[in-house]
Amino acid sequence: MPLWGWVLISCAVAFLTKLAGYLVPAKVLKNKRITRVAGTITIGLLASLTVVNAVATGTQLTFDSRVGALAVAAIALLLRAPFLVVVIAGAVAAALLRLIGLP
Amino acid sequence: MEARGRGPGRSRCELDTVGRARQAGQVNLRQSPAARIGLSIAVATGLYGLSFGALAVASGLTFWQTVVLSAFMFTGGSQFAFIGVLGGGGAGASAFGSATLLGLRNAVYGMQMNAMIAPRGWRRFAAAQVTIDESTATAVGQTEPTEQKRGFWVAGVGVFLFWNVFTVLGALLGSAIGDPKAWGLDGAAVAAFLGLLWPRLRAREPVAIAIVCALATVLAVPFVPPGVPILVAALVAGLWGWFSHGSAEEGLEPDIEPYEEER
Repeated sequence: MPLWGWVLISCAVAFLTKLAGYLVPAKVLKNKRITRVAGTITIGLLASLTVVNAVATGTQLTFDSRVGALAVAAIALLLRAPFLVVVIAGAVAAALLRLIGLP
Repeated sequence: MEARGRGPGRSRCELDTVGRARQAGQVNLRQSPAARIGLSIAVATGLYGLSFGALAVASGLTFWQTVVLSAFMFTGGSQFAFIGVLGGGGAGASAFGSATLLGLRNAVYGMQMNAMIAPRGWRRFAAAQVTIDESTATAVGQTEPTEQKRGFWVAGVGVFLFWNVFTVLGALLGSAIGDPKAWGLDGAAVAAFLGLLWPRLRAREPVAIAIVCALATVLAVPFVPPGVPILVAALVAGLWGWFSHGSAEEGLEPDIEPYEEER
């Protein structure tokens, strides 16, 4: 399927997921276990996406400027910087490390 | 369906009272704490639509695919997941899978908001579309029903407007700057995901989940196609949540906390 197909299906399913909360009887979703799984999946996916974007290149593990960006972002977050500042700090770190010759 | 959707224990009489209060209250929206918080959260969240737009085109999406994602998917975490998988060389199906799994929490929010603000008719569809971390968190932070509704709608619609405008700007900016790597945009993506994860790591258990899922990802990368390690981590996290007993609120924190100053 072309990428457009996945974009549109993903959008449709995202909306239906939200709508389900309004249409499905409350007792189905009020199940504590379902709330908990929705939460743990959110944490697991975000941790995984962070790692993949920092060290994966295709099916290889690589150690390059992106790891520097990860470290700088963590420092910015520890200093309670707002989201946009964290993102820019990550970009600047990666760009500078490349400028001094890191892959 | 109509009767079932109404919030538990809320009589028609109470609903009418809320309705009148809302009508009377529309003139002084400026004095509403929920509306004020909703608006500031809308600006703060909208601004990071800028980074989504730029990263989306850097990951290989076209300008219009980027715009469509923000307008119709409209849930920041899932949108970042979608482009994060593509940017790492993953297939469209993996991007769909991780975006959908990351959006599951919105169903939980929808249920909470249905009980809290009980939208009727077409408003129910509008409410569903703007049911995200920020609108839910703004509403939940209020105790008075009128303020809960205001908070939900002002934050939801406000984030929607700002998020889409800044996505367009970010996408134009991203297309204009040429080689994304030279500008460190891949580093920006890493920082964005850590920034989305960070507010959810307030207790020991979420930290443990994050570490285990990060390790599972690293172990899976060499053995499965790109994009799939993320789904492996989702499976690990889902099993963890299903079989262990702990807080049911873990992971359901907003990306930007509306009530930060009050804590």
